[in-house]
Amino acid sequence: MSTATLSLGRSAAMPLRQAVRRAERPARNLAVLMVVPALLFVIITFFVPILKLLATSVQNPEVASGLPQTMIMLKDWDGHSLPDEKVFAALAADLDAAHKTSSAASIGKRLNYEIPGARSLLVGTARVVSAFSPPYREAFLARDAAWGNPEIWSVIARNESRLTPFYLMQAVDLRQDAEGHLQSAPADEAIFLDVLGRTLAVAGLVTLSTLILGYPVAYMLTQAPARIAALMMLMVLLPLWTSLLVRTTAWVVLLQTDGVINDILIGLHLTAERLQLIFTRFGTVLAMTHIQLPFTILPIYSVMRTIPATHLRAARSLGAPPVAAFWRIYAPQTIPGVTAGCLMTFILSLGYYITPALVGGPRDQMLSNFISTYINRDLNWNFAAALGAVLLLVTLGIYGLFLKLAGADKIKLG
Amino acid sequence: MWLPTYATPFERASRFIVLSFAICVLLFLIAPLFVIVPLSFSHDPFFTLPVKQWSLRWYADFFENPRWITGIINSTVTATSTAILATTLGTLAAIGITHPAFPFRKAAMAVLISPMIVPIMIVAVGSYLFYGELGLTNTRLGLVLAHTALAVPFVIVTVTATLSTYDGNLSRAAASLGAPPLSRFFRVMLPQILPGVVSGGIFAFAVSFDEVVVALFLTGAEQRTLPVQMFSGIRDQINPTIMAAATLLLALSILLFGTLNLLTRRT
Repeated sequence: MSTATLSLGRSAAMPLRQAVRRAERPARNLAVLMVVPALLFVIITFFVPILKLLATSVQNPEVASGLPQTMIMLKDWDGHSLPDEKVFAALAADLDAAHKTSSAASIGKRLNYEIPGARSLLVGTARVVSAFSPPYREAFLARDAAWGNPEIWSVIARNESRLTPFYLMQAVDLRQDAEGHLQSAPADEAIFLDVLGRTLAVAGLVTLSTLILGYPVAYMLTQAPARIAALMMLMVLLPLWTSLLVRTTAWVVLLQTDGVINDILIGLHLTAERLQLIFTRFGTVLAMTHIQLPFTILPIYSVMRTIPATHLRAARSLGAPPVAAFWRIYAPQTIPGVTAGCLMTFILSLGYYITPALVGGPRDQMLSNFISTYINRDLNWNFAAALGAVLLLVTLGIYGLFLKLAGADKIKLG
Repeated sequence: MWLPTYATPFERASRFIVLSFAICVLLFLIAPLFVIVPLSFSHDPFFTLPVKQWSLRWYADFFENPRWITGIINSTVTATSTAILATTLGTLAAIGITHPAFPFRKAAMAVLISPMIVPIMIVAVGSYLFYGELGLTNTRLGLVLAHTALAVPFVIVTVTATLSTYDGNLSRAAASLGAPPLSRFFRVMLPQILPGVVSGGIFAFAVSFDEVVVALFLTGAEQRTLPVQMFSGIRDQINPTIMAAATLLLALSILLFGTLNLLTRRT
């Protein structure tokens, strides 16, 4: 019987499968057609800007397009001695042109990232270069002896390429020496791995705090009678609905030195002096924990809800003591929820900007805050983009882990 | 406390401890939100409780300042446009993606959901660089486009959840009775899933209304939204008028949240 069906099935399978597929094709095409607008929209307004950010992190047009003739002449340069007269003559022509189009400052600014002092050297020389006469090498050296330093020439030569790993390397505290070998940045400039580590540490601490605070809440949500559980759920969801800025504002007010928390601590005689709470790591983690708690609680709760109460009862009736029944029967079944909730909170915590900016001190600023500073204050867009690329890479890595362990359909909004 | 009758004294004690702990955490969740309310009605410009003298002066300040008013108008217009655009795109996508014959569902979902995951600063800087080239910075259109991308995932997640309770046989029955696709959608399916669609729209509105970082990068003085105005205010010098603004935002959140609860209860 089974063999008969099998052989029959096999001979008829292909035409039938094709027929079914053909019948389903219009519905399938309609389904695809409905998703296309949203996909296109998200790709154009969201993914293209991110690609633009990634491109900006390696773009390097300033020197190559600002000093075109010098670049050609430097091709024959040996890389360590002082360049010869024709290189200096080309630089004189390039700098004169740069001065006329007022682009000398942007070339100088770019070189200054790699050699401190290059900006004033370049801009200062460009201002007077039109008065130079051959031999140019002597004229440059007379103007500023720094032109005799081969290092500035190797930096100029290295920036012949319009794409550079410089910003990305700087974002992880690496740099190239004159020979092009990778080395770590000097201690006083090597701050970005520290910032990355701090970002990961704060996110980890927040994740752990939300788990410790949230797990019992999720558990009680499953235990309480429906009406009380609904009230408890309301207390979890309302903060989630309140704008992040409002919640951060509340913490800014609460944590003030003459604010409510200090009032309570003094009133309870827990401390004699007012504590510094705002602009501290403690304050930042506290506020972030408050904001992230619902994101950790909800996935844990939705998994706990599906665990049958009979499991614990069975364990108890078979003689397991309460603690063993909980740890060996109940807790392992909640792990998918714990994973989803913790990864979600960790991912979201990595990208915090508002809360560290308003509640944290200078030592608590996270990667996003540095990105903002480099865009708005230092106007170094390329480096801001490189820091963004690092943050994106770390976030996507953990998102990949989330998709693997939990799945996109585990994202819950209450 | 909600324990079976055979529970041992140890279990009763530990249940009491866990419950007390959970109640403390719930209070920790909710209390900070409501601290700002009394402070906004305080006459004194200090952030201390209890309030000695009540007053509406900070609300008067708020409503007399054209900057705050511009902020409210900008936020409302931006959030409404975002909600309409995101709900349309997101609802269509949710219906398409839940169709059993849809190919590459996991990949498409991961792409559509990713705006929820990517750090907001990266979105802000990327948009600032890209929209700047298109001349869309310092325009409301640019902000609406960026906010819509952020809001679409919320609509998709909400509508997808509602669609899981929708009985596909209704559409099939309508089709067998001769209803063309558009009538099937508007007269059979949409009325059934409308609460989910409206919830998605409310989510989208809230996402846009509360968003700070992208708005900070993409707006000039004319398009400044309420949260941007608040953020700059706190950075500068926190003052009680900001408490009034925060209280109004909190009231709006409670209103939206309440509406959402009414909608979901009915289904």
